[in-house]
Amino acid sequence: MIRPEGLVVSTPSAVEVVLRRGFAAPRRLVFDALTRPELLRRWHGARGWQLVVCEVELRAGGAWRFVARGPGGAEMGMRGVYREVEAPARLVQTEVHDGWDEGAALVTTLLDERDGRTEMTTTVRYPSQEIRDSVLRTPMERGAGEAYDRLAALLDDTKGTS
Amino acid sequence: MTADVLDATFAALADPTRRAILARLARGEATVGELAAPFAMSQPGVSKHLRVLEKAGLISRGRDAQRRPCRLEAGPLRDAARWLENYRDYWEESYRRLDGLLAELQDEETRDPS
Repeated sequence: MIRPEGLVVSTPSAVEVVLRRGFAAPRRLVFDALTRPELLRRWHGARGWQLVVCEVELRAGGAWRFVARGPGGAEMGMRGVYREVEAPARLVQTEVHDGWDEGAALVTTLLDERDGRTEMTTTVRYPSQEIRDSVLRTPMERGAGEAYDRLAALLDDTKGTS
Repeated sequence: MTADVLDATFAALADPTRRAILARLARGEATVGELAAPFAMSQPGVSKHLRVLEKAGLISRGRDAQRRPCRLEAGPLRDAARWLENYRDYWEESYRRLDGLLAELQDEETRDPS
């Protein structure tokens, strides 16, 4: 179902973040928007952040590279390699942010279509606590959902018990 | 709010026992003994967690030397929650742009079926 509240962030384990979001479009269009540079440039980013480099070699073993430019000319780069490309249902890729010293995150995106609508589930698995902590400090706070979700879980507990 | 303070907050929240302690304190102040009761843990074990929470500014201890009741300090949690909202809002804003793009792509297909 399409969640009216939009993006939902959760964590099934200590090193994973899951983002869920519904879209009112068939999954082949969502898959295109996630993998075609000319489309990615049209939506990826917010609050003044925009992709200035967007390279996608869409095949298993193919590389990808994004650089986002933000307010005041700040730049943030990330890159990785596609592990599985199964249009329009499934995409598995590694992700390393510029400045990470070790390891890569593994990002799995599943697109589930019902009645012409798409439920996107993105699971990010971090290699270590050090990486997670470095993610917490990045300017866009990209990928910080794990810690946020701990907080959200706590606040939910609090609501439930008060 | 500095990154160091956020780190301390999130590190303190990383442990399920500490989250349970905070959830308990959200209902009102409690002593170490009262906090230890629901956990299979000694009072010194709970005290160790309380020190982490106190250092992160998430709880404070009363002055009463006998009981030293613990209470929740809402400030850092509120700051961290605001940060969480910021993250979610950033990506939600991005995905709303994607909503708009998907609507355009579908319109194009309707007008120009190929």
